[in-house]
Amino acid sequence: MLDSILRVEGLCKRFGAVEASNNLSFEVARGEIHALIGPNGAGKTTAINQLTGEITPDAGSIFFDGEEITHLPVHLRARKGLARSFQITAVFEHLSVEENLGLAVQAHQGHSFRFWRNVARDSSLKQLTRQAIETIGLEARAAEPAANLSHGEKRQLEVGMALASRPKLILLDEPMAGMGPGGTVKLAELIQGLKGNLSILLVEHDMDVVFSLADRITVLVYGEVIASGTVEQIRNDPLVRQAYLGEEVIDA
Amino acid sequence: MEAEGTVSGAGLIAMQNFLTRKIAVLSTCLILLLALPVIMQLLDEPYLISLSSRILIYAIAAVSLYLILGYGGMVSLGHAAFFGTGAYVVGILASASFDASPVFSWPFQMDGSERLLVALPLALLISAFAALIIGFFSLRTSGMYFIMITLAFAQMLYYFYVSLEGYGGDDGLSLYSRSQLPLLDLGDDTHFYYLCLTFLLLFLLFCHRLVNSRFGRVIQGIRENEKRMQSLGYAVFGYKLACFVIAGAGAGLAGALMANQSEFVSPGLMHWTQSGEILVMVLLGGMGTLFGPVLGAVALLSMEEILSMFTEHWMVYLGPFLILVVLFTRGGLYGLLIGRER
Repeated sequence: MLDSILRVEGLCKRFGAVEASNNLSFEVARGEIHALIGPNGAGKTTAINQLTGEITPDAGSIFFDGEEITHLPVHLRARKGLARSFQITAVFEHLSVEENLGLAVQAHQGHSFRFWRNVARDSSLKQLTRQAIETIGLEARAAEPAANLSHGEKRQLEVGMALASRPKLILLDEPMAGMGPGGTVKLAELIQGLKGNLSILLVEHDMDVVFSLADRITVLVYGEVIASGTVEQIRNDPLVRQAYLGEEVIDA
Repeated sequence: MEAEGTVSGAGLIAMQNFLTRKIAVLSTCLILLLALPVIMQLLDEPYLISLSSRILIYAIAAVSLYLILGYGGMVSLGHAAFFGTGAYVVGILASASFDASPVFSWPFQMDGSERLLVALPLALLISAFAALIIGFFSLRTSGMYFIMITLAFAQMLYYFYVSLEGYGGDDGLSLYSRSQLPLLDLGDDTHFYYLCLTFLLLFLLFCHRLVNSRFGRVIQGIRENEKRMQSLGYAVFGYKLACFVIAGAGAGLAGALMANQSEFVSPGLMHWTQSGEILVMVLLGGMGTLFGPVLGAVALLSMEEILSMFTEHWMVYLGPFLILVVLFTRGGLYGLLIGRER
């Protein structure tokens, strides 16, 4: 049996008449990059939101690192090592890059009911924050409020915040959204560099990125898994070609 | 703010100018505040010392509101509930002490007291407790609903004290004298002024440490994006509640001093207009710094005082002025004096 960090079993979620997740089951193996793809409206973000706890599934279970987390609140899942980045950038605009990443680091150093000591002189926090800044290569922008960053830099920070908490599994919800080719390459390199150290569930539209980064791929259509397998298997799967890749060819 | 060698040369000079200006303005203010009673004595206007104490007290209340509003992003329209609670604790203890009858005798006997060292901690504790209860329910909402529910809770407390016939009900409660404190004679306006100034400075120091601590950064993160904070692993409700309770205790401190300043407490202290006035002080002073609300309190109360010398309808002039400040100085009065913090 697969050594899985995340196992999803029979997840169902309806919004009125829309079946956003229909008996969704898949597994993410420890240390792999697993891509979740599917045409628009396939229910990818709904799936991610159920994994992180922002949406409660109607039925089904989620196991993380051998533990059932189906009904755990968002922050407790995060504390167990399940981090995410958002499709729509959700950085703290008025705080500096350093403060943004500092908050991510701080979240995993016990409680923050510490009222007196100046956080800027907190060496245990500072060092890890430095590392997080270096990881995403924003050293030159460390003191800049996030609001002043370019779109690409914000995306880097977005992923960096999820990474800074040293998770076991990171859910990247369209990390390349809205980025130019240059930025995409940079971010893809960053993700490539993470491979092995942690497990990644990647939701992404950019097929080149998916096929170059992913170890395995799960394809969603109308909330259902129509295929799951290695990159080669998916590339040659007739159902996928018809439902997804064919569409892309027609679009192009 | 640390520069870290990443700020450009021009930016660094701008920041230095800003800091020099800030230090100059703030130290001038501090010297003025310290020398104020002496100046007033020389000008033969001792009444103004008492007014200044009142301003300092409101400054404490405004800073406490700013803690949840400016740093936590929680716009409360019920902050006077804690201000009034602090005042009533002092009032009720003093009244019971004067009557030589216990405040309550079950489950243990609680005697009245006129000592500040008893009344003040109790006022802080009880207003913090009130904030815990009100916050516990209110903080489940946000935005407009939060404004409304805090307003509703404060009005509930208002009517509770109106119905408290034993303690003056609608008419309020006169104190026989100000509280007692070793070494100081609080009945003396100058002594009392310095007591208020000390509390304001201590509270500012406390808040300054608080907003720059781990806790303070979490609070600001929640203001910016609550959902993101959750997904980073923070149990946001607990942090918001803690911040709300601290702010409530701060307002309670101000209320306890206020009861002493006017030697009178009434339900009017927690009326919604009172909450509104504290809120206006915060807006007028400007966002981004703890000194803003202090400045707002000084400006609003002195303008009220000055305008009401000339006309009974001073609100007609004050209103448009407030609107102009809020509309055209994005940093409030603090921004006009010192420049924007960031």
